[in-house]
Amino acid sequence: MLEIIRQVPVEYYVLYSAILFTIGVMGVLIRRNAIVVLMCIELMLNAVNLLLAAFSTYLSDSKGQLMVFFIMVVAAAEAAVGLGILIMIYRNTKSTDISLLDKLRN
Amino acid sequence: MDFYIFLTLAVISVITALLMVFARNPVHSVLYLILTFFAIAGQYVMLNAQFLAVVHIIVYAGAIMVLFLFVLMLLNLNKDSEPQKSNLWKISGAITSGMLLVVMVGALRNQIQLPAAAEYQPDRGLPAVLGRMLFDTEFVVPFEITGILFLAAMVGAVLVGKREIKV
Repeated sequence: MLEIIRQVPVEYYVLYSAILFTIGVMGVLIRRNAIVVLMCIELMLNAVNLLLAAFSTYLSDSKGQLMVFFIMVVAAAEAAVGLGILIMIYRNTKSTDISLLDKLRN
Repeated sequence: MDFYIFLTLAVISVITALLMVFARNPVHSVLYLILTFFAIAGQYVMLNAQFLAVVHIIVYAGAIMVLFLFVLMLLNLNKDSEPQKSNLWKISGAITSGMLLVVMVGALRNQIQLPAAAEYQPDRGLPAVLGRMLFDTEFVVPFEITGILFLAAMVGAVLVGKREIKV
């Protein structure tokens, strides 16, 4: 278990993170519920985190893991503010459907 | 052996992420995303980043997803109130993201020159090493700025969530 980076090529981690990131992008594109869209953004951030951790182990450098901590902090702040905005949207429109929010288009 | 554990965790996380995107009930989406996060935490353990794995579970499964679940319950969203996009929109979204994946794989394949793997040091993910870097040597200023960011986010969330602000 200690030498996984020798057994799994780091390219596999790149591919794996790309797949997870793409699933997050797909969720943002095809879902209309704003909460699920926020969750897909969390998934994209996690794909990037995983890649940073993989390269951190590959290069034996702790800086990548510290970057992951900062991304987690930003994700937590983003979730708190995003959900606050979402509750205000729900109060005004009685829905979390993001396709209702097209007032700027007209 | 390690390779098969990696593969199992990767397949589990990709499948649960897909289920999260395609679940009709938003509560199910949250639960599937928690499963995805646990699989990713398993990957962190496999990468010998134990502290990162623990923090990941505490922050994501313990705090952020509980917040999401709480908002879902508060707004009383379920399958019946879930807005659906048309099938055409779903198919075009899937094709677009699939093309993004193809572009990313094509751009990264055989193009990046990785430096040789450094000599393996098993202590890189331990709290002592990370804490010394975070509080003592080179990440002190970003850490303090992070505190300011949290304060701003907290004030912002409270202000946004208030019903009316009398000026």
